[in-house]
Amino acid sequence: MPDEKQLKARIKKVNIKKIKNVLETLDGARIKTWLNICAKCGLCAESCFFYLANDKNPEFSPAYKIKSTVGEMYKKKGDVSLPFLEASMEALWARCTMCKRCSQFCPFGIDIAAMITIGRSVCQSHGFVPEFLAKAVENYRVSGNQMALTKDDFIETCEWMEEETADEIKGLTIPMDVPEVKFMYTLNAREPMYYPQDIAQIAQILTVAEESWTMPSEGWECTNLPMFAGDRTLAGIIVENMYQKARDLKVDKILVTECGHAYRSTKYEGPYLSGYPDGIPPIEIIHSVELFCEYLESGRIKIDPSKKLKEPVTYQDPCNVSRNGGLWDIGRIVMGYLADDFREMSPNKDYNHCCGGGGGYIPMGPEYRVKRMVSGKIKAEQIRKTGAKLVIVPCHNCFDQINDLNEEYDLGIKSVSIKEVLCEIMMIPDKFKPDEE
Amino acid sequence: MYEFLTGAGVWIAFVIFAGGLFVRVASLYGVSRQKDAVFYNHTNAFEAVKSIFYWLIPWGSIAARTQPVFSSMVYLFHVSLIIVPLFLSAHNVLLQEAFGVGLWSIPDSVADIMTALMLVAGVFLFIRRLVRPEVRILTEIRDYVLLVLTMLPFLTGLLASLNIGPYKTMVILHVLSGEILLILIPFTKLGHMILFFFTRAFIGFEMGGRRGARTW
Ligand code: HEM
Ligand code: HEM
Ligand code: SF4
Ligand code: SF4
Repeated sequence: MPDEKQLKARIKKVNIKKIKNVLETLDGARIKTWLNICAKCGLCAESCFFYLANDKNPEFSPAYKIKSTVGEMYKKKGDVSLPFLEASMEALWARCTMCKRCSQFCPFGIDIAAMITIGRSVCQSHGFVPEFLAKAVENYRVSGNQMALTKDDFIETCEWMEEETADEIKGLTIPMDVPEVKFMYTLNAREPMYYPQDIAQIAQILTVAEESWTMPSEGWECTNLPMFAGDRTLAGIIVENMYQKARDLKVDKILVTECGHAYRSTKYEGPYLSGYPDGIPPIEIIHSVELFCEYLESGRIKIDPSKKLKEPVTYQDPCNVSRNGGLWDIGRIVMGYLADDFREMSPNKDYNHCCGGGGGYIPMGPEYRVKRMVSGKIKAEQIRKTGAKLVIVPCHNCFDQINDLNEEYDLGIKSVSIKEVLCEIMMIPDKFKPDEE
Repeated sequence: MYEFLTGAGVWIAFVIFAGGLFVRVASLYGVSRQKDAVFYNHTNAFEAVKSIFYWLIPWGSIAARTQPVFSSMVYLFHVSLIIVPLFLSAHNVLLQEAFGVGLWSIPDSVADIMTALMLVAGVFLFIRRLVRPEVRILTEIRDYVLLVLTMLPFLTGLLASLNIGPYKTMVILHVLSGEILLILIPFTKLGHMILFFFTRAFIGFEMGGRRGARTW
């Protein structure tokens, strides 16, 4: 149940003009065409894990989710009711992670996710946003990141991790705001908040690879939840902060942590959101998976053969790294270096199913947990079928979701990021080995 | 009545059909230049062709392969829908009379068979709409109506060709239903006969061009 405060945030009376305005702003030739030519063939249904996991309930099929929400909004030219917005909120957030798998199954290639975004913006304009997500968005507004960390908190966390890790890797530093380096690292606020060891791990890898890099004291949040909460203006500001910081520091590239949303936001949707007319980010964006692959291939990072993973391993293709990021082959090259017994899920690569945690679902919090676990059944079964004991996951949202699925479905697995594995099994050259006491 | 339908009626129908499609595509192109201009930066002819090609060949797409019976029926439906009217000798004779040119024709017996198959496929599609929950929930009255309207020229054409029922009435009904269909195409989801190529090209740019992902 939504709490009092959230109910207050909701607008009590529908402002038709406002809705119409959102609809018209976002209405391009694509939308007009898609809404009109959908053949109502139902082919998209089988592609969507929400539909498959919920006993093929037709209300979970992609085309129906659009027809019953955005389709109606356009048909009625914004003249909709509050209960309609409430129901749309459910369909748009609790039944879609914007994974875009359905577009691969539609004869017309209709981009359901792009239309879901429009529906979310309409709901957002009236305060109909899942409570926890709305809170995270408020945090962005005040602090620029989803966890409301202050600049000092962030710098302190980095310093703390630098001290902690310095005894493991000699000479390890976490350089802060160093200009004119190759990479500016950007991360997900969950890392400084709950998983500071992730910061330590990336510092270890970049130190051993003798990389030229810096941590930015601001503009480091690359996961863009406003993008999934229908707040396009704020979403644009968040990416622009990052681009701006990178320009200020005059770095060559922005390096994105192992996170799918972050990659989608910084590389693909960010430039649209912050209004770059060419639709291309002003600075080259590279995902951690790509960098790790480069290190392994070039030998800048070497794996200790005695430590190479022996147990069965599978790889989760995060939607926004694989299908919507194009990095599935890179992920497989990395797996070749890390694991002896690598097993594929089916389907996989660009056809992989979403884990059920994407599109803002994980940040929607406990209120939606039960539904998230039901829809995650498809992923749980996929993992179980591989027989893997270790699931390597280059995305924060998939990571949380797969951990939850592990408990819920008793999978007996462990999920890890690539960073974590690398830190455990890479060779540490002598010069980085701590002095014996 | 007959004179009007086979005379001015045909002209009107074809002008609305061709003109309507042209205006629709042109206006959508205009809107896209204005509102979706940013996407033109990612055009990629090769990806567009791939995205279209795999959906034109039989079972070329993963979705078609997951529902082989349905996709075979859709294929049959469309192949007859396009081949028969274009290459029918009766149509070409009329074209010959009017313009002195006509297309190459398929034998009438082949046309009869293809028309019958199209009707079978159409009935299958209609029944599928009723029985599969994920399709029924999407279907509105207009979708049933359009499917029937698409089949009517084929039904009446076949009956006329086989001389079943009053011939003259059949031909009148045939021409009438054919004209109605032609007029409706630009203004309904049937506009997909042209727009299909545009939407497929677009998703080819976005998913194939920018990410290298398959869209079929
Ligand atoms: C608009 C003007 C049209 C005219 C004047 C016209 C005329 C005719 C005539 C004279 C026949 C031959 C009947 C016979 O064999 O005695 C025929 C058959 C047929 N027409 Fe049309 N037609 C028109 C439009 C269409 C359209 C739009 C379609 C389909 C989309 C269509 C599909 C057919 C089919 C399937 C047959 C029967 C083929 C067979 O079974 O052999 N016609 N038409
Ligand atoms: C090159 C031209 C065309 C292409 C590429 C094309 C493609 C398609 C596709 C991809 C579908 C969805 C099929 C599905 O449900 O899987 C479809 C459905 C349909 N098409 Fe076409 N089409 C073309 C021309 C036409 C024409 C000329 C007509 C009618 C005059 C037509 C009538 C229909 C109808 C009625 C359906 C819906 C079938 C149903 O109710 O299940 N199509 N078409
Ligand atoms: S984008 Fe993904 S979750 Fe959303 S409807 Fe399509 S397949 Fe389902
Ligand atoms: S697959 Fe495409 S055309 Fe068919 S119902 Fe779904 S969205 Fe519509």
